[in-house]
Amino acid sequence: MTVTQGSASNPLLSVRGLTKHFGAFAACSGIDLDIASGEIHALLGENGAGKSTLVKMLFGILDPSGGEILWDGRPVTITSPGEARALGIGMVFQHFSLFEALTVAENIALSLDPKISLAKISDEAARLSKVYGLPLDPKAHVADLSVGERQRIEIVRALLQNPKLIILDEPTSVLTPQEADRLFETLFTLKSEGRSVLYISHRLEEVRRICDRATVLRHGKVTGTCDPRQETPASLARMMVGTDVAGVSRGEIGTPGEVQIEVSTLSVPARTPFAVSLKGIDLKVCAGEVLAIAGVAGNGQGELFDALSGEFAVSDNDAIRIRGKSVGTSGINARRLLGAGFVPEERHGHAAVSNMRLSDNLLLARSQSDRSAFLSGGTLSVIRHDAVGAATQRICQEMDVRKSGRDPAAASLSGGNLQKFIVGRELDRQPAVLVVNQPTWGVDAGAASRIRQALVDLAKAGSAVVVISQDLDEIFEVATKIAVISEGGLSRAYPAGELSLERIGLMMGGIHDTTHAEASHAH
Amino acid sequence: MLEAILLTVITAATPLVIAALGELVTERSGVLNLGVEGMMIMGAVSAFAATQITGSPYIGVLAGIAAGGAFSLLFGFLTLTLVANQVATGLALTILGLGLSGQLGESFVGQPGIKLQPIVVPLLSDIPFMGRLLFQQDLIFYLSIALVVGINWFLFKSRTGLKMRAIGDNHASAHALGINVIRTRYLAVMFGGACAGLAGAQLSLVYTPQWVENMTAGRGWIALALVVFASWRPLRLLAGGYLFGAVSIGQLHAQAFGIGIPSQVLSALPYVATIVVLIIISHNRRTTLINTPASLGKPFVPER
Repeated sequence: MTVTQGSASNPLLSVRGLTKHFGAFAACSGIDLDIASGEIHALLGENGAGKSTLVKMLFGILDPSGGEILWDGRPVTITSPGEARALGIGMVFQHFSLFEALTVAENIALSLDPKISLAKISDEAARLSKVYGLPLDPKAHVADLSVGERQRIEIVRALLQNPKLIILDEPTSVLTPQEADRLFETLFTLKSEGRSVLYISHRLEEVRRICDRATVLRHGKVTGTCDPRQETPASLARMMVGTDVAGVSRGEIGTPGEVQIEVSTLSVPARTPFAVSLKGIDLKVCAGEVLAIAGVAGNGQGELFDALSGEFAVSDNDAIRIRGKSVGTSGINARRLLGAGFVPEERHGHAAVSNMRLSDNLLLARSQSDRSAFLSGGTLSVIRHDAVGAATQRICQEMDVRKSGRDPAAASLSGGNLQKFIVGRELDRQPAVLVVNQPTWGVDAGAASRIRQALVDLAKAGSAVVVISQDLDEIFEVATKIAVISEGGLSRAYPAGELSLERIGLMMGGIHDTTHAEASHAH
Repeated sequence: MLEAILLTVITAATPLVIAALGELVTERSGVLNLGVEGMMIMGAVSAFAATQITGSPYIGVLAGIAAGGAFSLLFGFLTLTLVANQVATGLALTILGLGLSGQLGESFVGQPGIKLQPIVVPLLSDIPFMGRLLFQQDLIFYLSIALVVGINWFLFKSRTGLKMRAIGDNHASAHALGINVIRTRYLAVMFGGACAGLAGAQLSLVYTPQWVENMTAGRGWIALALVVFASWRPLRLLAGGYLFGAVSIGQLHAQAFGIGIPSQVLSALPYVATIVVLIIISHNRRTTLINTPASLGKPFVPER
C-alpha cells in the first residue's frame, strides 16, 4: 500500500475525525479524508461501508455527530445542500434526485438561484452539454428519458453551479461500458480545468483506470489511502473487504446433459407503453450449463423473466418448454412442480414480503411445490410450522444468512443477507431449472461471491441455470454461455470464452449485425 | 330564462371551483386531504355566525377563511408533524367538522341570514347579457376567477410553484435539493383549508343565506373528485367546476319540468364523469406521470 505524498499538502477539502451515529450504530467513525485540487479521488467500499453516509454529511444532507470539515483550510459547518453548493460542492446522486413530471430545464432550475429565468437556464444547459459532450434537450420531460440521459441532467445541473468539487455516487452502475467511457472523458475534462472529483464506487477496475488517489472504507472506518494505479484489484479488494474475497471456483466444465429449458421464437407484445416487447427469443440451456444474459437495464430483462417464470403466461404454449413439457400458458406453480425455481429481481415486495417472517416467506414461495412437506390436513391446508421452521433454519445455515433472532421479518435483514435467503430458498429444492434475475444487485462483495458460487455449484450438480444480469464481472464469473439482450431481442448464445468484454459492450449497445457476421465467420 | 339558469349555475359552481382549487394546491404539494367537506362546513357555520354577530357579511367571509384555515392546521399538525395516515385523518376531519358545525350552529338554525351583496363593475356590467352574468356578481365569485388565474400562473410560471410541484412529484429529492418540504406542505394545506372555508362562506352567505346543518351536502366530495377530473390543472378545474355546477342545477330543473330521469342518476353524474376521466388518464402512463403528483398521500419523514 503506497501512500502518495505531496498532493495532500494543500487540500481543497479536508475531513478530520468525521463521525455519524444512528442510535447506537456508527455508520461513520473518525473518518479522515483529503482531496486536492484537480484530483479524481476514489471513495471505495462495500455496500454499507459508510460511503453514502460520508458524502451526505459533506453535502449537508446529514448532520455529523462529530469531527470537522475544512474547506480551503477553513473549518465549515454544512447544514444544507444549499450551503454545500454555495461553497462550491456539486453532487450527482446514485438514485437520481430528478423529478419525472418536470422538464429537463425545470429540474435544473430547482437547484439554481431563483432569479435566473428558465430561458437562460435552458441556454446555459445547452451550452454546457455541448462543452462536456453530454447531449440534452432542455424541453424534454424526464419521464421520457433513458437512465444515461438522466445522469447527464444531474451532471449538467451540478456543473451549472461552477463547482470546485463534484461528488459522483456510483455513477457507472447504470451505464453501458460505452456510456461509461464517455463519462470518464467528461471527468478528465473537469480535472483538466482544475476541478476535483470525489468518485464513489465499488468497481475496482474503473477506479484503477481513472482515479489519482483512493480512500478505502470498511465498516465506517478508513482502512487505507493509496494510489489505485499502483495496486492490483486483489489488493484493493482486500482493503475493501478485509479478507481475501473468495473468487468463484468453477472447476472443469463438464459436457452438458439433456436440455432442461428451451425457448423457441418467443414473442410477447409490450404490456404497457413503457414496457419492452420480446421479439422472437430463442434459447436452450442443458443440464450443467449456466446461461448468462447480459444487457443494459430496460431492454426486456424483466419481461423475459416474467415470461420464463410464468408470472405473465404467454399465448403460445410451445414457446417455452421446461424438461420437455410445454408450459407457455401455465402459471408459476405449474412450472415449479416441473422442477423449476425462480428468483425475481426486486427483493422487497416481489421476491419477499418485507414485513413477514422468513418462514412465512419460505412457505409463500413453496406452498404448492412442497405441499406434502409443509401442509397437512388435506384440503384444509394446515401449515406445519415445525417443518417450515426447520427448512428456514436449514437454508439460513446453508447460505450463511446473518440475522437477528431465529425467524425475523424479511425487512430486518440487510440486502445481501435477504438475497442469500431468497436464492437459498430455491436452491434448497435442488431445482432442475433455475432462472435468476439480477442475483447480486446491490449486494456486498462477500454475499455476492457466495451467491455466485452457489449458482455455479447448482449447475455442476446437473441443473440448468439462467442468470439475467447487468454486471459483466458477474457474468464472466458464472457463465458457461453468454447471450446479450437488446431492445427485446436476444443474441445467440456464445461460449463464455469466446466473447471479449468489448464485444459484449457493443452488443449491449445494440450493434448486433457486425457481431453476427463475425460470429458466422468464426464458425 | 336562460340568463336566470346561467346565474344559478355560476352560483352553484363557484363553491366547487374554490374548494377544489384549494385541494388542487394541497395535492400538488403531495398531501391528500379528504377533509374538504369538514373544512367547508366549518367555514359555512363560522361565516354565518360571524355575520349574524357583527352584521357584516365581509367579516363573515374572513371568519369562514380563518375557520377553514385553522381546521386544516389541525390536519397539517396530525399528518405532517405527527405523520398520521392522511386518508384516515382526512376522513376524521370531515366527520369532526360535520358534527362540530352542527353543535356550533345550533342557535343559528332558522335565523334569516344576511346575503353578501353583488358588486357591480361600472361599464363592464352594461355589456348586454354577459355583463349581468359576469360583472354583477358578489366578491367571492370575482375571487374564484382571480384565484384560478393566479394559481395557474403560480404553479406553472413561478419558481415557488415549480418547487411545490417538485415536492409533490418526489419529496425525498426535493428535500435533498434543500427545499423545505414540511413548511411548503403546511402552507399548501392551509391554503387548501382557507379555500374550503371560503367556499363554505359562499354557501351560507350567497347560495342560501342561512344556516342549515349539513348544508354542504357532499360538495366537499365533489370538489375532491373535481381535482382528479381536472388532472391537477387549474384551468381544466374551472371548466370542470362549471360542468359539475351545471349538472347539479340541471338536476333541479329536470325535476321541476318533470323529466323522467331519477335525480339520483343526475347527482351521481359528477362521480361517473370523474371515473371516466380517471380511466382515460391512467390509460396513458406518460400523462399520468406528468400530471399526477407522484408522492400524493405518502408521508415524509426527513432523515437527519
